[in-house]
Amino acid sequence: MKNNKTLQFLLIGVALLALPLVLQIFGNAWVRIADMALLYILLAIGLNIVVGYAGLLDLGYVAFFAVGAYMYGLLSSPHLVNTFAWIAASFPEGMHMPIWLIVPVGAALAGIFGMLLGAPTLKLRGDYLAIVTLGFGEIIRVFMNNLDHPVNITNGPKGLDQIDPISVFGLNLGKKLMIGDFEIASVSLYYYLFLSLVLVTILISHRLEVSRIGRAWMAIREDEIAAKAMGLNTRNLKLLAFGMGATFGGVSGAMFAGFQGFISPESFSLMESVMIVAMVVLGGLGYLPGVILGAILLSALPEVLRYVAGPLQEMTGGRLDASIMRQLLVALAMIVIMLMRPRGLWPSPEHGQSLKTK
Amino acid sequence: MDVFLQQVINGLVMGSMYALVALGYTMVYGIINLINFAHGEVLMVGALTSWSAIGMMQGAMPGAPGWVILILATLIACVVAVVLNFSIEKIAYRPLRNSPKLAPLITAIGMSILLQTLAMIIWKPNYKAYPTLLSSTPINMGGVVITPTQIMILGVTAVSLAVLMWLVNYTRLGRAMRATSENPRVAALMGVKPDMVISATFVIGAILAAIAGVMYASNYGTAQHAMGFLPGLKAFTAAVFGGIGNLSGAVIGGILLGLIEAIGSGYIGYVTGGVLGSHYTDIFAFIVLIIVLTLRPSGLMGERVADRA
Repeated sequence: MKNNKTLQFLLIGVALLALPLVLQIFGNAWVRIADMALLYILLAIGLNIVVGYAGLLDLGYVAFFAVGAYMYGLLSSPHLVNTFAWIAASFPEGMHMPIWLIVPVGAALAGIFGMLLGAPTLKLRGDYLAIVTLGFGEIIRVFMNNLDHPVNITNGPKGLDQIDPISVFGLNLGKKLMIGDFEIASVSLYYYLFLSLVLVTILISHRLEVSRIGRAWMAIREDEIAAKAMGLNTRNLKLLAFGMGATFGGVSGAMFAGFQGFISPESFSLMESVMIVAMVVLGGLGYLPGVILGAILLSALPEVLRYVAGPLQEMTGGRLDASIMRQLLVALAMIVIMLMRPRGLWPSPEHGQSLKTK
Repeated sequence: MDVFLQQVINGLVMGSMYALVALGYTMVYGIINLINFAHGEVLMVGALTSWSAIGMMQGAMPGAPGWVILILATLIACVVAVVLNFSIEKIAYRPLRNSPKLAPLITAIGMSILLQTLAMIIWKPNYKAYPTLLSSTPINMGGVVITPTQIMILGVTAVSLAVLMWLVNYTRLGRAMRATSENPRVAALMGVKPDMVISATFVIGAILAAIAGVMYASNYGTAQHAMGFLPGLKAFTAAVFGGIGNLSGAVIGGILLGLIEAIGSGYIGYVTGGVLGSHYTDIFAFIVLIIVLTLRPSGLMGERVADRA
């Protein structure tokens, strides 16, 4: 029995490692889709801490993603150097901060923002919380859009470009890597980076879930008053949930900025927040395999369809183009899946209890 | 001072539209505890339907006075919106009434995206010029300018609110609605049919949203498939602001929100010496909301403490 399981793990591992190399043959666009799917998994797992474990509906999650992305964008693109003379003076070769600095700073900043959002909303529950978080997301977006004057910090709607690609241990992921004659495309390198991040995140999230803190979160989710009566410090625990969730958002934001090389406020609309919530809920609230499934489904499937939808566009005389088709399918999927499986595609087996009987 | 009065009028006009939409949110929330995310889209469908209807009528009967066309178009928009909202509830919310709370929320968001996409396919994504049917000469009242369209908006809102208040407070249906929102199970025991009441709530909400949609489009002179999003969001904010589930709260929240936005965006540039401009308008709503909810977690007029998700 045990051997069987090890074998399974090995097979899945090999498949995951080989995936980009196989996709690469069909074109880098396919690997890109896998990369984005991994980023969304990262985001969905982060949001799952807030919504799934602690039961706090957060409709502004993309704000933390944006904070991470802008942190990376500002610290490793020519924008700040071009705008401020004193920064240019202290960095004569331009700002190229290493990710070992940017990612922790971005994550910490996102975490602080998460707690900032959490603090005034502690007394709120349910829908009030949803609308406040939604408003917070919009506030961040409006600021990103308008902070190009009087002092140009975010470059407004034009966004930041020429962002350095990520480099890890001296390996620049923006360029393809040649091992002998074998070529690993840049997108595939990113795939491995994101995959390892996802694995680490899953590990952290799983350990959190079965820890004291995780159980406390679930107690709050099920009944906050009872949780308080049991001696839990609900205030700190909720803040922690917001902070932890936001940290994951910040890290994936930084990854996104490095991966894309360009960011603008458009990528951080309310729709993105909604999509991430949809991923978590469609897959199975509070259950990691479900959340991952939801993220893959909602991020990758429509992208794949985008490539298939070409002929359809010709058939309908341009009315149904690929992006419209994609939106239509996402919307239909959200409605149909929820109607058929209200608890998600892959819901957690035991609802509300985290203690397993061994 | 003139600037101030002008902004007050603009704020009242915006606020009364927010109030109409907010009522739809708050009634649905009061009865089935669901944020009907697709409500803003009902507004959009109402506006676009009336746009098509106006186009057709202007072709079919040239020379008809503008207000007749506007009233007919509004009626058509109301009918379409009612059918739409009624079916949304039947298809997407009713089967999920006893499911985990987030499930209907997700179908609501799905519905909202679906309607926007369908509208984009049916009406094409470009901005449509919404015809000015009432006289466009502004009326000058001692330095303050108001257009006939704006007067119409204020008038229609007042009438709609009066009718709604009468309906809720003095009719059998209204009593059934209030009873259901108080306690659906006990109401059902007293012979109220919850399904009927819920459908009626969606129908009333749709009428208000369609009216608001027509007015919104006439006020701004454009209509488009994404136009429902922002007013929907603001109206929902207004509903929460006033205390969700509370009808007079929604009206007061909507009007206050409109006033705060108009006055805020009128003065922010002046107060901050031009550092922050009027493009920060959209933030006001949310900042006010966060402050109000921090101080009064159940909204201005909310009675119940939102204590369970």
